[in-house]
Amino acid sequence: MKKSVFLGALTLAGLAAGTAMAQDSSTLAAVKERGVLKCGVNPGTPGFAAPDANGKFVGFDVDVCRAVAAAVLGDSEAVEYTPLTSAVRFTALASGEVDMLARNTTWTFSRDVDLKNTFVGVNYYDGQGFMVPKDLGVSSAKELGGATVCIETGTTTELNLADYFRVNNMEYEPVPVESFTEAQTQFLAGACDVYTTDASALAASRASFETPDDYVVLPEIISKEPLGPLVRHGDDNWGDVVRWSLNAMIAAEEYGVTSANAAELASGTDNPEINRLLGVEGELGAMLGLDNDWALNILTQVGNYGESFEKNIGENTPVGLARGLNAQWTEGGLIYSPPFR
Amino acid sequence: MTTATDSPQDQGFRLSQLIYDTRYRAITIQVIAMIAFMLIAAFLIRNTIINLSALGKDIDFGFLFNRAAYDINQKIIPYSSDDPHWRATLVGLLNTLLIALLGCILATIIGVIAGVLRLSKNWLTAKIMTFYVESFRNIPVLLWILAFMAVLSEALPTPRAFRGETPSASMWLWDSVAVTNRGTYVPSPIWGEGSVFVVITFLLSLLGIWAFGKYAKRRFEATGDILPSFWIKLAIFFVPTVLVYFLLGRPVTLSYPELKGFNFSGGLHMRNSMLALWLALSFYTGSFIAEIVRSGILAISKGQTEAAFALGLRPSRTMNLVILPQALRVIIPPLISQYLNLTKNSSLALAVGYMDLRSTLGGTTLNTTGRELECMLLMMLIYLIVSLFISSGMNVYNKSVKLKER
Ligand SMILES: N[C@@H](CCC(=O)N[C@@H](CS)C(=O)NCC(=O)O)C(=O)O
Repeated sequence: MKKSVFLGALTLAGLAAGTAMAQDSSTLAAVKERGVLKCGVNPGTPGFAAPDANGKFVGFDVDVCRAVAAAVLGDSEAVEYTPLTSAVRFTALASGEVDMLARNTTWTFSRDVDLKNTFVGVNYYDGQGFMVPKDLGVSSAKELGGATVCIETGTTTELNLADYFRVNNMEYEPVPVESFTEAQTQFLAGACDVYTTDASALAASRASFETPDDYVVLPEIISKEPLGPLVRHGDDNWGDVVRWSLNAMIAAEEYGVTSANAAELASGTDNPEINRLLGVEGELGAMLGLDNDWALNILTQVGNYGESFEKNIGENTPVGLARGLNAQWTEGGLIYSPPFR
Repeated sequence: MTTATDSPQDQGFRLSQLIYDTRYRAITIQVIAMIAFMLIAAFLIRNTIINLSALGKDIDFGFLFNRAAYDINQKIIPYSSDDPHWRATLVGLLNTLLIALLGCILATIIGVIAGVLRLSKNWLTAKIMTFYVESFRNIPVLLWILAFMAVLSEALPTPRAFRGETPSASMWLWDSVAVTNRGTYVPSPIWGEGSVFVVITFLLSLLGIWAFGKYAKRRFEATGDILPSFWIKLAIFFVPTVLVYFLLGRPVTLSYPELKGFNFSGGLHMRNSMLALWLALSFYTGSFIAEIVRSGILAISKGQTEAAFALGLRPSRTMNLVILPQALRVIIPPLISQYLNLTKNSSLALAVGYMDLRSTLGGTTLNTTGRELECMLLMMLIYLIVSLFISSGMNVYNKSVKLKER
């Protein structure tokens, strides 16, 4: 009896300590003092966040972490990555285990309002899709009645799926899995007919298969999945830092600032917007509590939005995603940064 | 009292006695420890509450009545994504109880067989059992669960393999059982009109068997006659039920699994997630039970066996009448903890996607509502209650086999 009381106290202590960490008021000051940014990422979705051959995390989401580190610490490599499954990501953020999440997380009302997160923007406009083996002979998601479907628990995917099948009056057998890798294993073994998740992740997953041509992604996109980085509620200054680090990458693409020409442009141009972005003009950095070359650091060390896209998930990579919705607004897409002014 | 000892004459109570007087010291220490403990607890609770409110979170169980919005594959009671979270929790709890019950039964069977066989005089049998016990006991149960799941989903044929002109897989037992990498489908009964009577008849015959057993025993004690009770019991078991079944025009029929669309339908679907979890937990816990059984038997001195033999008892009767009743007294208490362990270990279910309490309340519900503290507290409470029920139930049984002093 005494022992169980003791264990109970320990558990509570854990809970109390976990939340106690969330209390430090200024994340920015904490990151500067620590000298390293703690960023929660996907454990392994090729193109978005996955360890490379040397065990270093690379990818499109990882670049957001690197951009923030470059802006705050002047060094895009000063990041400690914490791989998080879908199920534990919000807890890890809320408890202060990570400073931010850049982990293909869908911006939803309840996650923003009820779970006390602050989404700072969207770095990829996505939607949920279905992948099936080609020889199943299925050409539309409407033909999936009775199918066995692999889904990751703790995702919006799980809820969209339930709604989609119910609205379309179809039965299905959900096979809940805990991670992307496990979902792929089950899917490849034929333990489920269908794998469903964000279309971008489907493409990434298909690209990693031995015989990608044996699998097709069905045309239906059943949901809106705006994926973006997020921070804890209540630290607006830190939210601004992450938000504008992402916006700097987006705006830079719009104005044609790249990793190659940023240093050169930083000596001054006749475009005041570029000048403000690169810290030649105005005090934007200081307003964020950063050095004035914060955005310059992002662009020289990480590159602009388009560069990161092409390098990690663009059409010339194995993942092979077209810009589509994620083109700049000037090109008919949705990617749009508010002005740097 | 005071006059009997040579303690200082009635000087009243002095404060220093709290420390120097052994009569009071124990109490003093306990009181101090208790106060310290309560202070720490209060500090932690206060801290938790303050931090929660700093995060803008409160403690509120109202989410249990909101729509769950997710589906659960294995449900013992009707459930759909329109039902509230508490019902999803209940579905999960029932799945936990199911796996705990099935697991405890199979683990006991495996454990008793392995424990007895490990004492076998046959060298090979004993060594095989030793190998089984040591390999299962010394590898974490999570790895066993994953290993069983991997074997089931990688090695077995997909439902698609059963299709086509020349299917590469076929069903077992005259096309009635389909073993696939999504689970095993077995025929299940369809309860037609009048099937209640068949069931009632069957239950009555079970009662009959019990009554007959009593009667036979009394008769044996009174007259010494031994009835051929096995055959009579067998007859009572089958004849009335079968008779009623045919008289009522065969109300109970079987639904056979059939390949339809993507999957087999009809029959009972035992998912691989359940099978893997069940087998892994049973073999794992079985290895511990084997050791408990073995030590229980070894604890009974050899003299007992020899004495029984000397009285002319056959080995099986020696086991049943002399050794086991005594061994059980040693076996039951540690067995209870194994049952509790199995039940708690079943919370690893999510690793293979079995939707137990941990995967519903502590998994998807927790994730979609973000109510970590509430879900965790509730889940701990439920596991605590379940465990207390199991151990109190087993304690009752323990009392019944305990040494009865007359
Ligand atoms: N966007 C959805 C789904 C995100 C998600 O978890 N996707 C999966 C598939 S890519 C994943 O990241 N899994 C990584 C892992 O758990 O290993 C959400 O925010 O709920």
